[in-house]
Amino acid sequence: MKTRYTYGGDEHVYVEMDEEMSLEAFFKSLSMSNAVREADIPGVTEICPANASFQVRYDPDVTAPDEMLKRIQDLEHMADKAEKRMTTRIIEVPVYYQDPWTHETLMRFRERHQDPEGTDLDYAARINGYDSVEAFIKAHHSQPWFVSMVGFVSGLPFLYQLVERDKQIEVPKYLRPRTDTPKQTVGYGGSFSCIYSVRGAGGYQMFGITPMTIYDPRQETSYLRDFLVFFKPGDIVKWKPIDRAEYDRILAEVDANTWAPRIAEVEFDLDEFNKDMTGYNAKLMEALNDA
Amino acid sequence: MTLKIVKSGLATTIQDMGRPGYFHLGIPEGGAMDRLSMRAANMLVGNPEEAAGLEAVFMGPEIEFTQEASVAVTGAELPVMVDGEPRETWTSFTMKPGQVLSFGFLQAGARAYIAVSGGIATEPDLGSRSTYPIGALGGVEGRAVQPGDELPVGDAPTVAEGRSVPAALRRGPGNPAELRVLTGLYWYRLTDTAGQQFFEDTWTVAAEADRMGYRFKGGRPLEFVEREQPFGAGADPSNIVDGCYSYGSIQVPGGTEPIVLHRDAVSGGGYFTLGAIISADMDLIGQLQPNTQVNFVNVDMDTALAARADRKAIIRKIREELG
Repeated sequence: MKTRYTYGGDEHVYVEMDEEMSLEAFFKSLSMSNAVREADIPGVTEICPANASFQVRYDPDVTAPDEMLKRIQDLEHMADKAEKRMTTRIIEVPVYYQDPWTHETLMRFRERHQDPEGTDLDYAARINGYDSVEAFIKAHHSQPWFVSMVGFVSGLPFLYQLVERDKQIEVPKYLRPRTDTPKQTVGYGGSFSCIYSVRGAGGYQMFGITPMTIYDPRQETSYLRDFLVFFKPGDIVKWKPIDRAEYDRILAEVDANTWAPRIAEVEFDLDEFNKDMTGYNAKLMEALNDA
Repeated sequence: MTLKIVKSGLATTIQDMGRPGYFHLGIPEGGAMDRLSMRAANMLVGNPEEAAGLEAVFMGPEIEFTQEASVAVTGAELPVMVDGEPRETWTSFTMKPGQVLSFGFLQAGARAYIAVSGGIATEPDLGSRSTYPIGALGGVEGRAVQPGDELPVGDAPTVAEGRSVPAALRRGPGNPAELRVLTGLYWYRLTDTAGQQFFEDTWTVAAEADRMGYRFKGGRPLEFVEREQPFGAGADPSNIVDGCYSYGSIQVPGGTEPIVLHRDAVSGGGYFTLGAIISADMDLIGQLQPNTQVNFVNVDMDTALAARADRKAIIRKIREELG
């Protein structure tokens, strides 16, 4: 991992921990962006952590660009020393895989896809070496995921699966982005899953849909009254496969502001996780049983 | 008092100086695309410079006033009329109760800024009245104005008619427009030849040009330095592991059509960016019509900072002028 510092125009400093994705790069990016926040450098207006990088926006009339870059660089040694552990939460997110709404949408944009003959799930299962769509779906939801970035639009989470690299699912994005994606579609692009927080354009493959509202500008949803965005970097997600009947039931409860996701507080320690991923994940997911 | 929207124009939105602080959640700062013009319009009618006004793109709205108010229209050259009688742009005038403000056909630029004494007083979201339709924030219930809307306006005294911003202090893009670029970010992904081409070629503003971003076409395709794509980046040579996007950053998906992200930028994504438009030239993009020719000009940080100071000096002069 070699850190790279660069400017984004005269108002941004961009720091890339690594060209490739890894949990190590994510942890370093998160702890360094936290260190920048704590350093309280004059002129800083936005600190945006991403998967393996982060960006600082600032007023160069308050702190000059070279000085800003140097002050951020000086914080790198702190991030290197920081413990790779955090107190976070695991959330169970219900997913209706192979739902009719993303299916209708993917058929409508078939000519923009790598494989116009099948569905997004058929294609993703095949290129990742799974015998069946069912086996692929099981791989998608059986191990938990880390929210490694929130962004693109309106609180959209990017998620990275907590498994060995050779078990990571990888799929390309659509050849040309769609102009429409149903709200709360569970998508996939590169090595990331996502939940589309609002309806709109998108290029990720579509696997299913969640009835769980994750962005509510009116803040009426029972679990979004304090803040309009649900996810934050560092959250851990366990997908729970559901059928149409359960989807309809949860959706009605979300709309009535009576539903809330299962959430448990957990510790995540990267070194311990790396020693025994499956065992560590089992313990993480057990916490949901008591939630 | 309220402003009665009779006709909404093409996409007329309430904008102020935006809501910085939420970009890490994918909520952009938003606000007037051409901030200098919005500030000037507010100064002309005696408002705080950060007050909310209307941004009208390509076509003006039609608005009935219910009480007396001072109004100024800046930015694009969009002919202004009060009950059918012409008024000057960049100049304050008075609207009487029952009078209707309307607009003629666009002559230059792309976005007109309409300030009303007292400022538009809709409910702010996350500290700003700026309209962000994707996230349903600000504006009128999170959307652009529609016929039938009644927009609340704050109480404020009117100002003298005929207060005007001198022509020398009205800033707009030339033709062809020049947009200054500071290279950086993932610039190293381009071959030397591609980097030169980007600045040599003349580009044209494409039809896909809005508050989120402006797309350009007509230049030669850009070639990338060959590499094995990093894990998690995706197969296309223009892909990176999804990262943050800077305001003004220039991405070139597939190496073909550059996209400059503007005030309603998506906060991140998986395309390489070759650098960013300097902050001083962001206002100019808001005044570019589709099919306008554009040359990107390679500058260094010192030039970017000097241009930033020049733009601030213009705003200061307008402030002094209108004291």
